[in-house]
Amino acid sequence: MAANLRVLRRRIRSTKNIAQITKAMEMVAASRISKAQARVEASRPYADEFTHVLRTAAKAGASDHPLLTPREEPKRAAIVVVTSDRGLCGGYNANVLRETERLIRRLSDEGKESTLYVIGGKGTAYFRFRNREMSGQFTGFSEVPDYANAAHAADHLTAAFLAGGENEVSVEHDDDEQGESGGERTVMFRAPEDAEGKPGVDEIHVVFTQFRSMLTQTAIALQVAPLDLESEEDDEGSESSSSSEDSDGSDREAEYAFEPEPEVLFDSLLPKYVRARVFAAMLDAAASESAARQRAMKAATDNANDLVDNLVRESNQARQAQITQEISEIVGGSDALAQ
Amino acid sequence: MAEMQVDVVGVEKKIWSGTAGFVSARTVEGSIGILPGHEPLIAQLREAGVVRVDPTDGEPFHVAAFGGFLSVTAESVTVLAELAELASEIDVAQAKDDLREAEHYIGDSDDQEWRVARDRARARLQAAGESVEQ
Repeated sequence: MAANLRVLRRRIRSTKNIAQITKAMEMVAASRISKAQARVEASRPYADEFTHVLRTAAKAGASDHPLLTPREEPKRAAIVVVTSDRGLCGGYNANVLRETERLIRRLSDEGKESTLYVIGGKGTAYFRFRNREMSGQFTGFSEVPDYANAAHAADHLTAAFLAGGENEVSVEHDDDEQGESGGERTVMFRAPEDAEGKPGVDEIHVVFTQFRSMLTQTAIALQVAPLDLESEEDDEGSESSSSSEDSDGSDREAEYAFEPEPEVLFDSLLPKYVRARVFAAMLDAAASESAARQRAMKAATDNANDLVDNLVRESNQARQAQITQEISEIVGGSDALAQ
Repeated sequence: MAEMQVDVVGVEKKIWSGTAGFVSARTVEGSIGILPGHEPLIAQLREAGVVRVDPTDGEPFHVAAFGGFLSVTAESVTVLAELAELASEIDVAQAKDDLREAEHYIGDSDDQEWRVARDRARARLQAAGESVEQ
């Protein structure tokens, strides 16, 4: 009985320690959520204005740009999977990965091969364990992503997208004076060196966890490229497009001048667009990750506390039983002596 | 005085917002000055460049903008940049070091990355009001 009591006390102590740690993680995650949310909010003006620029340029005659036109017979699609680096965040990663598998299945039904670009340690571990090939892996920043991280990953995608599903990415090693001053295409996209030989793609999809509220985060799959401006436009542009000629409407619909011409402008918009979309997905995912972790850790803390309560009760019982036994032993002993 | 709404927007946050009487920037095709009532325009800025804003109240200031676009309507100017830094936020000593380093490396290997670094450092210094030889 005495040994049992000691075991119980040890379990209470270690469970309390666990509760303390999970409580700390919960609070860290909680403070990260608001920061991450603020970043999502802060990045919105850029995204909005960028969409406006993109749309205006598209209307002005760049609408046959590869970014906007679905390719005939798409062969391969890139899927960007945004997961977390660390665990202890409940079903967060499992949901993203399930959504990814669903998307892969859907694409293969449509006759498209998938090539994976995985962000976050958990996702890379998942696919590596299953011996699935990944075209790109990016880890080490899932909780506080910055734009450079997004840009790096996005440039791989842009390179693959420009190459097209039939081909492989080839990196030009041009040493001659090109770019900045002079050349007719001033800012050309330069593929990252290590993208060489990766399969090209016809479509880009992103799977990430959307932050809807503190309580709801949903894993969703979005198509990033080719971009379907018309369907997005329906949300707001249905009435303004008709009023473009008579200037009663906003000046947003007015005739724009472009520097350089829309077609060339679009070439340089494309990589930035992909970067912005990947960055937005990463920010949203970071907020979701913290929210998921906060919830998971809160549950863990509550469970640990429940466990402590039960264990304390059990140990009290054990202690009481021990005392009762000791008393009855003493009484029994003195009774025996008195006789 | 006529004025227009000016926003300088970076990827991560809005850098500056307010009314201004004049904005000048360098696009890929040349310098441009924008007064209120300008024709609508979308322009690509130099990969690394300086934007000058003359606010309605307060002193003119410079912003170093990297990988940016300019979106202009009659009443507003929006500078969209992948990275934008106000002149007051720029670490001049750091930028000078970067420039020296970049120029050093450009000497022996004509690498694109160093050229970008050099242009960035130059734009930072120009924005901060330091004189830089082109």
